[in-house]
Formats: sequence, C-alpha cells, structure tokens
Amino acid sequence: MMAASKKMLDQEPSGIEMLLPWHAAGTLNARDARRVDEALARDPELARQYAVIREEYAETIDLNESLGAPSARAMAKLFAAIDGEPARKPRASLNISARIASFFARLSPRTLAWSASLGAVVLLLQAGIIGAVLVKNQTASYQTASLNTNEPITRALGPEAPPRALVRFAPEARIAEITALLDNYQASVVDGAKGGMFRLQFGDRAMSKDEFAGLMSKLQSERIVSLAVATP
Amino acid sequence: MSATQAASDDVLIARIAQGDRLAMQVLYGRHHVRVFRFGLRLVRDERVAEDLISEVFLDVWRQAGKFEGRSAVSTWLLAITRFKALSALRRRKDVELDDEAANAIEDSSDDPEVAVQKKDTSAALRKCLTALTPEHREIVDLVYYHEQSVEEVAEIVGIPENTVKTRLFYARKKLAELLKAAGIERGWP
Repeated sequence: MMAASKKMLDQEPSGIEMLLPWHAAGTLNARDARRVDEALARDPELARQYAVIREEYAETIDLNESLGAPSARAMAKLFAAIDGEPARKPRASLNISARIASFFARLSPRTLAWSASLGAVVLLLQAGIIGAVLVKNQTASYQTASLNTNEPITRALGPEAPPRALVRFAPEARIAEITALLDNYQASVVDGAKGGMFRLQFGDRAMSKDEFAGLMSKLQSERIVSLAVATP
Repeated sequence: MSATQAASDDVLIARIAQGDRLAMQVLYGRHHVRVFRFGLRLVRDERVAEDLISEVFLDVWRQAGKFEGRSAVSTWLLAITRFKALSALRRRKDVELDDEAANAIEDSSDDPEVAVQKKDTSAALRKCLTALTPEHREIVDLVYYHEQSVEEVAEIVGIPENTVKTRLFYARKKLAELLKAAGIERGWP
C-alpha cells in the first residue's frame, strides 16, 4: 500500500508522512514510532522519502555543529550582570518538588532499600506508641468548656495545626510519582527520611477529625504508599 | 536529552531560584552552545548571538522561581532565545528581513550550482538549508538539531501542533525545490 506517499505534494500530506522527520530524530512516542515503522515497511515510496529526510537530518546537524561556540565574553557578561542583581533571600518553601527530587537523587538504591526495611520496623514501634498516646488522651481529656470559668470559652473541632502523618513509600515508587502525590495532597515533607519514614504535613490549615480520617484512608490506598499513620 | 538530564535540569533551576550561582554555571555550561547556535541561526550575527545568550541566561536567573516544570528546561531556554532573537531582529532594522544580504555575509561557501559542479552535494544541501526562510529554517533546526518534539516546537514557536507538522513538510518541500534548481535530484518529491 502506497496511500501515504501517493498523496504527496499535490494533496495534503498524510499524517504518517508528516511524522517522518520526528521519527528520524527519535523524538516520537512509542506508539507513533511503531505506526511509522509499519508504514515504512509496507510503502517503498515512503521509505524513499524517509531516506531523503535522514540525509537532511545529518546535514542539518553538520551545519549547526559548524557554527562553533560563543566566546568567553558571553559568560563574563552574564555573570557580571548576575553580580549586579539584587541579593536573593533563599525561600525554604520554594519548589518543594525539586527539593524532594534532589534529596532522593542523592540516595543510592541500596540506601533506599535499607531505609525502607528499617522504616518498616520503626513504623511498627511508632504506630504502637502513637496508638497508646491516642487511647490515653481520649480517656483523660474529655471535658466541657463550661466547667472552667477562668479560661476563655473555645471549641476544639480538630487539631489546631495542619495535620501530619508518617509515611513510608513503596520501594518501587518513582520520584515523579512521589512528587505528584505530594502535589495532589498539598503535602510537604517536614522531616525525613528517618528510618525510611517521612513526616508529611497536609495543607496549611487545621482539619476536622472526619476530614483527616478521610484523607488518611485515601492516602493509605495509594499504590505507592506502603504505610501511613497519623502523627502529632 | 535523557530523562535523567531533564530531571537534573529541573533541580538546577530550583537551586538557581534560591540564588545558587554555581547551579547557574552548570546550567550555562550544559546549554549555552546550543542556545548560541539556535540564536545565531536566527539573528545571523555572532556578536548579537553572544549578547543574546547573556540575556537569555540572565532571564533564567531572574525567572527561575516562576518555572513550573511543565516543559523541559531546554524547551524553555529555546523559547526564551527565540523571543529575544526576534526582539533583537526588530531592533536591527538595517538587517531585518534582508535575508539575501544576510546570506551573503554569513556564508562564504560555494553557491549550490558551484557545489554541484564540484560534486559536493552535502555542501549544496547545507547551502540550501541556509537559504530557507527564517520560519522554515527555525523549524528545521528545532526538529533535527535541537531534537524537539511536535508539542515542544508548538510551544516554542507558539503555533498549533498540526501547523508545526505542515510547516516542516513545506520547509522540506522548499528545500527540495532549491536543490532541484541547483541540479540535484534526490528522488523526492
């Protein structure tokens, strides 16, 4: 079948035909690359055009490589201009995703594996302690505002600070997935990775118990989350 | 560009946003040659192209905190370069739109016809690549040399993806016509 290349020039080019340059450059996605390969295998006219494109591709690279490089003047000018810029105050909250990616990039796969294993053990211990503290608080802290007339009357609908949780990610979780999860939950890492656990803070406001319980339930069902437990 | 380098570029941008001068040097070392060559192909003047890269990377220094990572850093750099180059061309009214004069200044190699006589088809092809209009030249360079995908070219040039595909197709057709006029038949079209 030569339908793709028969349309050449007199008519609008076919979709496959227009993708040939990107196929030569290796920048098509896997699905399109497979479609182009199949079309090339069955259409000699298209294959001939592809050979021409590969020639153009090689010459374009040669032409650009022959342009040389800029002199040191450009770099000197740039950094002189940067020196003239106002001093920048580092902002801790800036681009949390990149900071997380940078942190993970510094860890070796072996370190990550050990951290994950150790984290499982530490998590069990911490879960026990946290559970015990919660049970103890529930039995001892129930009281009404009207009982104490010396204190201002307030209602505690949930924790005052934004809620936090200890989270262990699955060993196969990729950095991009973790950063996407943090974005989805509007979470930031406030401490980690001690024993492979990260202390995450969700949002910037307090949540009701029900709201936080729902969030934790959703978090625990995430594929890349091995364990998640609420923490003060 | 590999996914690893793209991720690493993102980290560099985050550090630059914090005022990290060393990160700026690394990013500059990694990308300045390609930025220079893309700019040079657009403005056709080495000195202007050198000024251009200083301006591009200074913009990166200033705007790094606003970079959201929706595109690759290399794509962002090329988009800034293109914008700066077009602004520079608008400032230089004496050479604006005077492609023939620019060709004569920039390229001292043989005309395509002479190159063919010397049986140097590669040189003729390079000459014809240089003779394309700025619109066609830029899209050929972005796809073949700067390895930008359809989506990335659309973002850099600011046109729909389908227009990217058809524009490159017609750039290639024009290239074939120039070669044919120089006496070179390549079997397409």
